[in-house]
Amino acid sequence: MDSVFTIAGTVMRIHLPAEMDHHVSEQLGGQIDRLVQRKHIRCLLFDFADTTFMDSAGAGMLIGRYKTMRFMGGNVMAVNVSRRMERVLALAGIHKIMDIYETVPSGL
Amino acid sequence: MRQNEMKLEFDSRSCNESFARVTVAAFMTQLNPTLEEVADVKTAVSEAVTNSIIHAYGERRCAEKAEKIEIICCIRENVLEVEVRDSGCGIADVKRAMEPMFTTKAECDRAGMGFAFMEAFMDTLEVESEPGKGTTVRMSKRIARENPLQTAGIPAHMEEQEQENPVLLSADGHPEMVSAERRRADGWSKPLR
Repeated sequence: MDSVFTIAGTVMRIHLPAEMDHHVSEQLGGQIDRLVQRKHIRCLLFDFADTTFMDSAGAGMLIGRYKTMRFMGGNVMAVNVSRRMERVLALAGIHKIMDIYETVPSGL
Repeated sequence: MRQNEMKLEFDSRSCNESFARVTVAAFMTQLNPTLEEVADVKTAVSEAVTNSIIHAYGERRCAEKAEKIEIICCIRENVLEVEVRDSGCGIADVKRAMEPMFTTKAECDRAGMGFAFMEAFMDTLEVESEPGKGTTVRMSKRIARENPLQTAGIPAHMEEQEQENPVLLSADGHPEMVSAERRRADGWSKPLR
């Protein structure tokens, strides 16, 4: 697993791996859930800078994390989203529930 | 008619998902696709294989006898056909399964978008299934760009050029016809004994 978690206060940035399929996202989802609980995270920042592939299983993992964060009154964002990844996110309906940025918004 | 086929069989394990889509991507490179087209096919193959692993075989990773997934790829002219076959539990209501957002496993982070993704990224999609027997997903995609070497061919003036009279460039840069006799006379092309 080459993803890295960066935690600043209650914000956790997740550097997503190059390929977000069912195999990878299943392990990643569990890791994120554990960290969110243990470190009292309230905002998840998914960083797509290195990600070139994502299928519906990867999108499902993002939706799952969104559900848990909303349940706790938290927030979820996606940054460094390429054209290709944006298309996949839009197809899965994620652009409706998550703020998506082409770069990292200032102040984060 | 240009035709080429390959068949791939592997165990139903999630670690094989990337292997499957990369193999199909490698096979389709002979159609000279764009990066976008390769990414589309990779996503669609990943969806079909993931469905077989999660749903058809219910993610029985430690099964004594690993179940198999089969992929058959066929290139006909500039159309790529991909068939993903499993012999798992099958789908009772194919129409319902293909509805976007429909999933039988909502509790484990499933988006229910598998078939919707395949439909979006490929040109055609066909699902054949029988409960208890297995599922076959057939999809195809036309690769728009023809192989440039095939369409362009060899330029006519180059093809007509006879071995006997090659074009040489003289000192002032103009092409010059040199006959076989003169080449031999010049001593730089001696006939082989």
